[in-house]
Amino acid sequence: MLNGLDLAVEAGGIHAIIGPNGAGKTTFFNLVTGALAPDAGRIRFAGTDVSHLPPYRRTALGICRTFQNIRLFGSMTALENVLLGLHSRTRGGLLTPLLGVPFRRPPGESAARARATEVLELVGLAGKAGQSAVELPYGEQRRLEIARALASSPRLLLLDEPSAGMNLQETLELEALVGEVNRRGVTILLIEHKMSLVMKLSQVVTVLNFGQKIAEGPPAEIQCDARVVEAYLGSE
Amino acid sequence: MLSDHAVSILIFAGIDVIMALSFFLPASAGQLSAGQGGFMALGAYTSAYLSVHHQAPFPLALAAGALVGGLVGLGVGFPALRLHGLYLVLVTFGFGEMVRVLFLNAPAFGGPAGFAGIPPSTTIWYVLGLLAVLLYFFARVSRSRMGRAFSALRDDETAAEAMGVNSTYVKLAAFATGGAIAGLGGGLYAHYTLFIDPEAFGVGRSLFVMLYAVFGGLASFWGAVAGATILSILPELLRWVKDWREILYGLLVLIMMLVRPQGLLDAALVARLSSHGARAAARS
Repeated sequence: MLNGLDLAVEAGGIHAIIGPNGAGKTTFFNLVTGALAPDAGRIRFAGTDVSHLPPYRRTALGICRTFQNIRLFGSMTALENVLLGLHSRTRGGLLTPLLGVPFRRPPGESAARARATEVLELVGLAGKAGQSAVELPYGEQRRLEIARALASSPRLLLLDEPSAGMNLQETLELEALVGEVNRRGVTILLIEHKMSLVMKLSQVVTVLNFGQKIAEGPPAEIQCDARVVEAYLGSE
Repeated sequence: MLSDHAVSILIFAGIDVIMALSFFLPASAGQLSAGQGGFMALGAYTSAYLSVHHQAPFPLALAAGALVGGLVGLGVGFPALRLHGLYLVLVTFGFGEMVRVLFLNAPAFGGPAGFAGIPPSTTIWYVLGLLAVLLYFFARVSRSRMGRAFSALRDDETAAEAMGVNSTYVKLAAFATGGAIAGLGGGLYAHYTLFIDPEAFGVGRSLFVMLYAVFGGLASFWGAVAGATILSILPELLRWVKDWREILYGLLVLIMMLVRPQGLLDAALVARLSSHGARAAARS
């Protein structure tokens, strides 16, 4: 449940959303990506009202996400998962594969594979392209989810607890990856429980509690905010 | 040369494979249909009617049957937008029964007495030729953008939508294409049996079509091909047990599903075969 939330994300930055469990962080992500429809209020993205667009239209506009509980496609390889992420950036219907030279890849397929391989390289999974996505180690599955979302060339990338379940080494690698993606011009909205990551990566932090915004500002300020300490740390 | 009997077995097996593929296509997008017999009936009656009353050339009659199957499939796809799993199975089952009862009460199509006098246009070459085209289609699609969208929708609809897949479009396309393929199968069937009645396309037909695909395994369209081929030829191989044939048939299916619950060609086997194929292709 979110109530009267007014939240603006500046283009080009990394904006973190924190708050205790049940504060409405994932609900907020679901509203932005279209998995849920708002009862009231508006969601605007780069000047377009997306409040009632289906998820695939929002992906086409440049909004993509990862999931808190990893949702990779279990019947597909790592590469195929990333190829699926290219869906909104490629064309071709059911009959398209009938065109083209027999025994060669269908039209557009080679270019798509080259692009997907690039994205896998960016997240350091080029060597795992042919492996079943769900058989990868946990940390790699998280990075593969980021790769799949990146394949859709998002302008806004929503990461829902990307470091959950990661060890220190994996968390450091994730930090570097998120920083690199941001440097390439992707605005990032980050739900994260690991405060070290939030402090190092984000320029703005919004704190949610019981579906409402209780504080917002640079991480250093947020860390000392009495309301935040009470709501966030007090609940742990 | 093959005997007439052998040719007849092959033609029926080929039509069964086409029907199993018609079930597999929507199933590969997570849409289970227990009404493929209904689409088959539409294709059979449409093509037969055109052949008998309008002397339509066979390819045209077949195409019309597939078209009607596809258009009705599109319509059946709409409830699928809101229903999942068992509920979708029940709705498609209801659709299949509706089509059967519709033809039962349609005097223009012979009603319960059936529709006779269909020209014997289906030959083994028609069946094998169309099957080859379909197999080429499935092989190409399974490694394409839309094929992946189908699999993604089956694996996780929420994630697929979040990654940019228009689930409405994919589901409707899956049902329409499945309906068209079943309609094609119906046309071939009608022009081989030369007589059709509504009972040939009832719930039993729909369930056997489903069984073929599930028995073969839903991990790849080759599962539908293998399942339909084996199960449609099996009764011929079991002739020697006479009265016990159907019991033995059921028993064999049961044992198979116990031993390989994911079907004959399960995901692991498909992965092994396709990586083997990929290596062979890389060598050549």
